Amino acid sequence: MPPASWRRVFVIAAFAAAVAAVVLLNRRVTQSAAAWDPIRLNEVAQASGIDFVHQEATLDPKVANIAAHIAALGACVSVADVNNDNWPDLYFTTSRFGAANALYLNQKDGTFRDVAAQAGVASLNRAGEGVSMGAVWGDYDNDGFEDLLVYKWGYPQLFHNVGNGRFADVTAQSGLSRWMNSNGAVWLDFDRDGLLDLYLTGYFRSDIDFWHLRTTRIMQSSWEFAANGGKNLLFRNLGDGRFEDVTDAMGVGSTRWTLAAAAADFNDDGWPDLYLANDYGPEELLLNRAGKRFELARAGLEDDSKSGMAVAVGDVFNRGRFDVFVTNISERGFLFQGNNLRINLLNELGRFNEIATGAVADAGWAWGAQFGDLNNDGWLDLVVVNGFISADSGRDYWYAMSKVAGAQGNIFEDAKNWPPIGTASLSGYERSRVLLNRSREGPGGGFVDVAEEAGVTDRLDGRGVAMADLWNRGVLDVAVANEKGRALLYRNGAPSGHWVAFKLIGTRSNRSAIGAEVTAEFGGARQRQVVDGGMGFCSQNDRRLHFGLGSSGIGRVTIRWPSGTQQVLDGLAVDRLYEITEPPK
Amino acid sequence: MTAPGNRVWSDPKYLIVFLITLVLVAGEARYSILGGYDRLATTLGVCLATEIVLSWWLRGRVANLASAYITGISLALLIKPQANILWPFALGAFLAIGSKYVLAYRGRHLWNPSNFAIQVVAPLAADSVAILSHQWGNDLRINLVIWAFGLAVASRARVLHVTLTYVACFTVLALLRNAIVGGPLLAELAPITGPMYQLFVFFMVTDPRTTVSTRRGRMVVVAVVAVAESLIRLAGDFQLTLLRPLYVSPPILALAIVGPIAMWWDLFRQARKR
Repeated sequence: MPPASWRRVFVIAAFAAAVAAVVLLNRRVTQSAAAWDPIRLNEVAQASGIDFVHQEATLDPKVANIAAHIAALGACVSVADVNNDNWPDLYFTTSRFGAANALYLNQKDGTFRDVAAQAGVASLNRAGEGVSMGAVWGDYDNDGFEDLLVYKWGYPQLFHNVGNGRFADVTAQSGLSRWMNSNGAVWLDFDRDGLLDLYLTGYFRSDIDFWHLRTTRIMQSSWEFAANGGKNLLFRNLGDGRFEDVTDAMGVGSTRWTLAAAAADFNDDGWPDLYLANDYGPEELLLNRAGKRFELARAGLEDDSKSGMAVAVGDVFNRGRFDVFVTNISERGFLFQGNNLRINLLNELGRFNEIATGAVADAGWAWGAQFGDLNNDGWLDLVVVNGFISADSGRDYWYAMSKVAGAQGNIFEDAKNWPPIGTASLSGYERSRVLLNRSREGPGGGFVDVAEEAGVTDRLDGRGVAMADLWNRGVLDVAVANEKGRALLYRNGAPSGHWVAFKLIGTRSNRSAIGAEVTAEFGGARQRQVVDGGMGFCSQNDRRLHFGLGSSGIGRVTIRWPSGTQQVLDGLAVDRLYEITEPPK
Repeated sequence: MTAPGNRVWSDPKYLIVFLITLVLVAGEARYSILGGYDRLATTLGVCLATEIVLSWWLRGRVANLASAYITGISLALLIKPQANILWPFALGAFLAIGSKYVLAYRGRHLWNPSNFAIQVVAPLAADSVAILSHQWGNDLRINLVIWAFGLAVASRARVLHVTLTYVACFTVLALLRNAIVGGPLLAELAPITGPMYQLFVFFMVTDPRTTVSTRRGRMVVVAVVAVAESLIRLAGDFQLTLLRPLYVSPPILALAIVGPIAMWWDLFRQARKR
């Protein structure tokens, strides 16, 4: 054994090396790999005629100390072909009384025109009725035209698309008119009767009227396991324009501050399940038991409490399975909740495995997210928008918030106990992420952030993000709704890979084909996608499904309709959009 | 003669071992506070291994492992890294126990081990590590249980005066801060109701190995720690950007600054007396 003095020197050297290792390993976390596959996203909102600017809600002065925090929601974007001209249109919501939502009709020449006022879906933010928080499209009456549901802090509104460019407010007769503080909704046909049902998520309790507060005890009771939020509601479509509240009968009335929901068949039993991203709590997977009831699954989610903001569903590794990405909060030094990339192993292990690391895990205070193959290489990429409150960049609310964040729930449940936010920022001026899926390099390829190289450099407070081939070019473009900011439109530079897209029209299934799944086989892999009735955070993608193929041709395509009909297509050509109508039984 | 069993229960070290095990088990069972057993295995394993190897190599005998056990659990609870990385647990554990052997003065280590590890890892690895982002459900009931056991153990371990002095100073200083910065009073008092403070007042600031020798001295030191913490908090309120790395855990970093200075001064003074 060396002499004592040398042993001590050796220990000191090891100690110093450990300190150095902390610094070096930390640096490695912050570095991202260089992009190898170019994506170019050009911001063209202004040039395209989209000049929409979201305005936040103004609330009762009783919560003025944290109004900027409470009201930092409501910028939504959802995509639908409103007039059946085969060009996707865009709907944006704003949240201030008197401010108008916008419906941008695609002019087919690279521009859009706001027709919300003429259509009757602009002036929805009114005292006594509440303010818009988001919208989802779905043809609830199967008449061939996409209808519009606007969820609000206030009374939700259902608009029937009359088909002549105008919408009729049918809320009163629909049975949906009840006060909610909702930040999410999805259309789904949970009982597979061919009619779209509606799941509305509750965030703040429904007895709270933000303009006439009776109490300031309105906040979450825990940052981790709060269940004192608004109740989620499931409405069954009765087929005659009315909806029936079946929440309790179906067991889906979570009060866990749900910010987002997505519907898909996660366990391959043919019935659409519900996946919830809850703020201040664990995510929830509600498995649909043959349309009779939903059961809260134990799927590895129940103990992992974070601040779920968005749910995006995608087949990340082309396994023919629906994996899940849920956004959360990361803030240097204060909090690393990390986003969740949950790989679906329900059939093998009865659970999801969380595998997010690096750029996927840490996207700042992340909000909306969507999967889509941006470079047509055959693998789903991921766009994440983020940033909570961008105000005075010299003032930061994180420290002040941390005073109450670690405390007992009954302290911060009362908004008046929160330190005043004033003009401070809270995770503001963050840059969005464009995460390129490099799985074609092999199982360890992972995702790399290419936002800067792609040209996504905005520092606005992103909320909703949606993907659609807005100019029918065979590429996915990206629309972003920003809180208290202008909407952005990122036009995709044309990648070189092949593609194929499908527009599905239900006959026995709901006509929007929401819930229909397409599995495309190409290049030795198979990728599965689902037509969504709302996905991400207060967003909805185009219901046309887009598959990038890389240099491959397209093999067999299998469509599973919500009715249960399975349809197989062979011999399809690449670089084409196919309109597929559900075959008769 | 005291029976071995009684000795175990009367030794403050083992009382604290019992208390931190209670915190771990209750918190994990109810709120999954660990975020993965691999984290606990890493910190405990590295702490124990480091203690065994270094004590044997440098001192010729294997040290009592109670301190390493307490440190391992404390770090598993306090370190909250980005994604699923484990290296902050391993390196933090090594640095914590290593500091006992490297950063010593007159045969005594100057920092509470887990306190030292936190003060190194949190600022140097701010892109990878946060401190105690789990809040144990913000549940009053579980916190009351831990406070009750904690106070009983602190009393038995004869460090209750340290805990109570700190709590009293924190309360008075919270009132003072509130008078300076305004806003709701409860916002200033709120932090002490949370779990980070449980770990702090029962396992760090009372650590008998890193507190000064006299009762009065310990009370003065802990009061100075509370004052330093308040200064950090005021810097946070007044948005002094330079000190931002300290805002994430003001009490822990205040102790990391004040504690070793006090220990060094106490040891120096004792040596001069001799």
